[in-house]
Amino acid sequence: MTENTSFDPDPAVGTPSAQSAIVIAGDYLNKLTGEKIERECRDKLNAGAREIVVDFSETEIINSIGISILLGVIDDAQNAGAKVVFSDLKPESAELFDMLGLTKHVTIQ
Amino acid sequence: MIEQSPKLIHAFGALAELGQEVANKNNFQETIRTSLHLLSGALGIMRGGVARYSRYAREMNMLAVRGLGDEFPLSLSVCVEDERQFLANGLNVIDARAARVLPFFQVYATSFERRRVELFVPLVIRDEIVGGLFLGEKATGEEYSSYEKEIICAMGRHIGVAISQRNLLAEIERHSEENRKLFDDLRRTYADTVKAFATAIDCKDKYTEGHSVRVGKYTELIATELEWSPEQVEGAATAGYLHDVGKLTVERKIINAPYRINAKESAELNKHPTVGYEILQAIHHPFTDVPLAAKYHHERLDGRGYPDGLYDREIPYIAKIVNLADSFDAMTTDRPYKARRPAIDVVDDLRRNAGKQFAPELVIAFMRGILRELKSETKDRRFRRLLGREYMEAEGLMPAISSALNELEPTSTLTYIAVNQAQ
Repeated sequence: MTENTSFDPDPAVGTPSAQSAIVIAGDYLNKLTGEKIERECRDKLNAGAREIVVDFSETEIINSIGISILLGVIDDAQNAGAKVVFSDLKPESAELFDMLGLTKHVTIQ
Repeated sequence: MIEQSPKLIHAFGALAELGQEVANKNNFQETIRTSLHLLSGALGIMRGGVARYSRYAREMNMLAVRGLGDEFPLSLSVCVEDERQFLANGLNVIDARAARVLPFFQVYATSFERRRVELFVPLVIRDEIVGGLFLGEKATGEEYSSYEKEIICAMGRHIGVAISQRNLLAEIERHSEENRKLFDDLRRTYADTVKAFATAIDCKDKYTEGHSVRVGKYTELIATELEWSPEQVEGAATAGYLHDVGKLTVERKIINAPYRINAKESAELNKHPTVGYEILQAIHHPFTDVPLAAKYHHERLDGRGYPDGLYDREIPYIAKIVNLADSFDAMTTDRPYKARRPAIDVVDDLRRNAGKQFAPELVIAFMRGILRELKSETKDRRFRRLLGREYMEAEGLMPAISSALNELEPTSTLTYIAVNQAQ
């Protein structure tokens, strides 16, 4: 089962895999967009998704609130026994995630 | 330290955002939720919560939580010893595991361990506990460094100030509500006292029983017709109720004389506006014009009134209103030496004297009020209650008022006399 989820008006289509849900982070991951993503991830996990793929290909800026949201997504996924994948990270975002320990809990693609 | 620089820059960015969030006066709950996001995101903290402290209930009540799960208590009680220690600790980080000597960390040990709450920060602002931060493990799995604890304290201070401000605001609102109730009580007491005074004044004059009360009501009707605010209307009514307070010092036999009084008696009676002013001036009224209304309610626009023979613009507006109400009541009630005049005659008198004795715009407002009631354009029957149904339904009254209203100009030709004379 593949579920593609996007909050972008013109969403990119993620790589499908079994029980995987793709979430596109958008260009600026802040509270407004972040909380939508968090809600959607929770819905997908409740619906049985075992993998959440967060696509950062369009993401230019991530602030502290965005980090907190992603930590929430990781926590929810871990509690549900699912894994989180961060894909298409920009180097500066990867550096930030690494520095704050997010990369210890996710697979980078 | 150089290696830590990007972390520091990231954390300072969050601190700046937090300062802005707290200063923005957004919805309080939202501010706290955002603050927790910023704190978690600044240092990569997996879970946490912000609580507000109720010193009356000695409870930490959760305002925002992230990742603490449903089983984590939303309200945590604090004993006297905990409170004392938190105050002594000030706004500094407490390691939850190392602080097991305190009852707070013993009682909630299971909850803290289950959700890996590692740090607790009592939010102490101006020597008062306003809340607390509960922080779980870092995403890196590392221990919190001393500089990270400093950042937590700095951000905690912002959150604490936000909670403190909110508490202060709630306290002000509570006091304001109490003050409003007290003010309402005082106002009611004042209004009752004014009416009691009016009744006392009227008791002295057996022939004009209820005169002050009626003048108060007519004054109120005129002010309402002028679309004054409720407070202004109340002030005007008060001026009407108390306009004759000076009569309390005039001999009863002069007031109650069943004949036209002589010049000497008249001079005595004519002192009542000035005496009334002196009585009322000594009282601190919520409405400043009350003493002026008493002093000048016998002045006329044409300068032929008393006590000072003032002209139009020299006469306080409230005194002009009371003058009209006073004269109207005198014309529409029976006096010992004179029966009440027919309603049409009264309308004619008001029309003829508009611009001489009365301010024309006030006569217009007054007549408009009567007319609206006659035409049933208002549910109020206040004129009917004051004047009697039969009197109000006098034949030809409505056309007489309409005709007078068509004829009257709102501005007196005497308006500028005082100014011209002064020049």
